[in-house]
Amino acid sequence: MPSLPPHLKRLEAEAIGILRETAASFRNPVLLYSIGKDSSVVLHLAQKAFAPGKLPFPLLHIATGWDFRAMLEFRDRRAAEIGARLIVHTNPDGVAQGIGPLSHGSQVHMNVMGTEALKQALNQHGFDAALGGARRDEEKSRAKERVFSHRAPGHVWEPRGQRPELWGLYNTRIGPGETMRVFPLSNWTEFDVWDYIAAEDIPVVPLYFAALRPTLRRSGAMIMRDDERMPLEPGEEIEMKWVRFRTMGDWPLTGAHESRAETMDQVLEELRASRVSERHGRLIDNDQEASMERKKREGYF
Amino acid sequence: MDAISASRGLLRMLTCGSVDDGKSTLIGRLLYDAQLIAEDTLAAITRDSRKHGTVGEEVDLALLVDGLEAERQQGITIDVAYRFFTTGSRSFIVADCPGHEQYTRNMATGASNSELAIILVDARKGLLTQTRRHSFICSLLGIRHVVLAVNKIDLVEFDQAVFDRIVAEYHGFAAAFGFRTLAAIPLSGRFGDNVTQRSPRTPWYQGPTLIEHLDSVEVDEDAEALPFRFPVQWVNRPNLDFRGYAGTVASGRIALGEPVVVAASGVTSEITRILGPAGEQQSAAAGEAVTLCLAQEIDIARGDMLAPPAQRPAVADQLAAHILWMDEEKLLPGRQYLLRMGHAWTTASITAIKHRIDVTTLGQLPATSLALNEIAVCNLSTAQKLAFDPYGENRLTGAFILVDRTSNRTVGCGMVQFPLRRATNIHQEAYLVDKGARAAAKGQRPMVLWFTGLSGSGKSTVAKLVEEALHGAGRHTYSLDGDNLRHGLNRDLGFTPQDRVENIRRVGEVAKLMVDAGLIVLASFISPYRAERQMVRDLLAPGEFVEVFVDTTLEVCAARDVKGLYAKAMRGELANFTGVSSPYEAPEAAELVLDGGATSPEALARQVLDLVERFQAG
Ligand SMILES: Nc1nc2c(ncn2[C@@H]2O[C@H](COP(=O)(O)OP(=O)(O)O)[C@@H](O)[C@H]2O)c(=O)[nH]1
Ligand SMILES: [Mg+2]
Repeated sequence: MPSLPPHLKRLEAEAIGILRETAASFRNPVLLYSIGKDSSVVLHLAQKAFAPGKLPFPLLHIATGWDFRAMLEFRDRRAAEIGARLIVHTNPDGVAQGIGPLSHGSQVHMNVMGTEALKQALNQHGFDAALGGARRDEEKSRAKERVFSHRAPGHVWEPRGQRPELWGLYNTRIGPGETMRVFPLSNWTEFDVWDYIAAEDIPVVPLYFAALRPTLRRSGAMIMRDDERMPLEPGEEIEMKWVRFRTMGDWPLTGAHESRAETMDQVLEELRASRVSERHGRLIDNDQEASMERKKREGYF
Repeated sequence: MDAISASRGLLRMLTCGSVDDGKSTLIGRLLYDAQLIAEDTLAAITRDSRKHGTVGEEVDLALLVDGLEAERQQGITIDVAYRFFTTGSRSFIVADCPGHEQYTRNMATGASNSELAIILVDARKGLLTQTRRHSFICSLLGIRHVVLAVNKIDLVEFDQAVFDRIVAEYHGFAAAFGFRTLAAIPLSGRFGDNVTQRSPRTPWYQGPTLIEHLDSVEVDEDAEALPFRFPVQWVNRPNLDFRGYAGTVASGRIALGEPVVVAASGVTSEITRILGPAGEQQSAAAGEAVTLCLAQEIDIARGDMLAPPAQRPAVADQLAAHILWMDEEKLLPGRQYLLRMGHAWTTASITAIKHRIDVTTLGQLPATSLALNEIAVCNLSTAQKLAFDPYGENRLTGAFILVDRTSNRTVGCGMVQFPLRRATNIHQEAYLVDKGARAAAKGQRPMVLWFTGLSGSGKSTVAKLVEEALHGAGRHTYSLDGDNLRHGLNRDLGFTPQDRVENIRRVGEVAKLMVDAGLIVLASFISPYRAERQMVRDLLAPGEFVEVFVDTTLEVCAARDVKGLYAKAMRGELANFTGVSSPYEAPEAAELVLDGGATSPEALARQVLDLVERFQAG
């Protein structure tokens, strides 16, 4: 295998160190596996960090009921290949109330089926540290996020309660009821993630690559209709188009873009030429100014 | 794979300067010029510029980086933000550090992880007190490469004389800081002059643009040339056939077959396998995350350090260090803090503040405590021996953080100067007549009943009743309280927070000796801080310390006012009076809580005696 460029080697070593630190410092850690490219990289790094042993923690997927089917298939296959313990949690209260993005809007849906569901799962299993694939370059309010991000009881993120992080000497201590979110990819950019996926040949969901897919246009976004739950509005029609996705999420809330990038090299090339941001395809973030920061305070990952 | 991309690796840097010197704008400019700003992001900040911006109708580049709602509303940066860009030949991580006076802490955080600092100066204002302060902190944290960015050069009509004057002055005071490279560049973050494009408006400037300099500056500290250091992070023991020590090489390099020593225990072995991210390796160098296997099964745990037998680190439990305090609550000598160095956690206390450093004049000041953002040279004592190097020689093995034991906040950081040697001929003697023998002779289990509560809560009254009853029952007891200690042993101590800490430390040590002598000790002290009560608890064997919280409300105590002290304190005539002008931290998990307001002292004493009887029986 050709060796990694020096900056990716450094990022890789840093992330492995953070993963080991989490395993060594917490009683009951978990890896939040969202099935996207970032958590695929974290999973790959975790395998390296603990080799020749197995992962010392389970994977947790918060299923909202609106995940792309291709994501769920990929998830089950990967977990089986790796021999990892996979926990899937869906908010039963949300299911009982029939919460969904089409009936309740993206905000309510993400809050109940995403944020609340995550808190439920963390509480139920008593996880004291949750590893995630978030990166600082994703969004402005993330730029100040710590690698070890402290959460007060109730999973509350307090901007002023965050600890300074010097020299990678992380303060991993928590009190009763407190938890930690841990982000091994904090210092990676979207390019780094793709370059690494390409260099290491990491499996990712096929939705990242262009294919002919059934799409429809709604409020300016191109949606791939993954099942029959989305009724067509007057004037809307399904068209087969060559599209791919830049981020993963719930299918009614994730915009596709037209693309013929079918291979890794083509994806990298397209990305370098792109002039729109990664989050552009996420229909939930444009809701309101500084929306991410508010969501984070409420406990969103 | 794009092979040329970032072939020179990663450069980590920070920006420092006073508020409004243009740090955020400069970083925004770097991102913008590196074409890293997506169209939708640009559209969003163009919209925001009208709402929050400071540059009229133009796009305010600072908004690309000023993220949190609070800071956008106030137009300032509050916390360290990390930004990323690449030039094609190098990748950069920039820590945007706020410039407020009170944010020394953030700067130190940014500097600890950086190799280079961009120190911004507003060309109109020239060098400020802050410039010197920031330069000193960078130097203290081991930054060896500095760019002096003389910003807003557009506002002084691109005047060479202004630039030259600032640079000359800076060279004057930076000489002491030991920077290895220092590049001064006249630039305008707002308009982009000399950032990525050479400016036609500064024809007198021949040097590189900021980006050219960042791209080419050699910052390789050659961590590989230092002695091998491997702090063990995690013991990997997946099955009986494999035992590896996982961690990241802090410095130097190691190869198969080479000998290593566990620094603290002195046990040696040699390397038999090296597992890296891509599998088996022949050797491993600084910065690599690996798993090492050794020839012999020896006792190694997380927190140990592996080193070459011929080049060992210092191993000591006493050391001198620079400490930068980062918490609202002051550092108090004698108080126990948690200390993390490498992967080792232990408890530590500051045994002496040798002097505080005035970060503006760099002069030495006397100090008895340290407040937020203050820096001092201190002596520390740790509960366990640690392996380390002086920070000046090795940034990764000479640094530590201090953590509050109760709140778990990171309260300070430190940089080791050198180990201190303890007098080597004071051995702990093992006596035949030991604690057990002495206790057995008295027919009792020694213990400490620690009464804590406000002044006038009833601590001494209850303790006296308890002691009388115990004595009557043939127990051997002794009472310690302010009256018999403050007049003698602790005569030199007052009521400031640091004196209170020292007072309790001494009481704790005396109580410990008495427990060793086999006595039941009754200690009645306000002892307002949780941390000190915990310190005494930790001095004793598990179970021996029984915390009795005499829980009488401030109102009741003040109404009783046996000694007339509350009245005095409320008139403001008594400083540091607990409950009035000084805090009381109630116990969270006392063995016994006495309701000192309602119940009679006799009934309260009965509760304590029941507890003592149970302890003696069990
Ligand atoms: N004329 C001019 N103004 C600048 C320059 N750099 C920054 N500013 C302005 O100075 C103000 C403070 O800038 P900002 O980047 O927020 O400073 P920070 O507090 O150091 O981050 C803003 O109004 C900027 O537009 C410059 O090079 N020239
Ligand atoms: Mg700023």
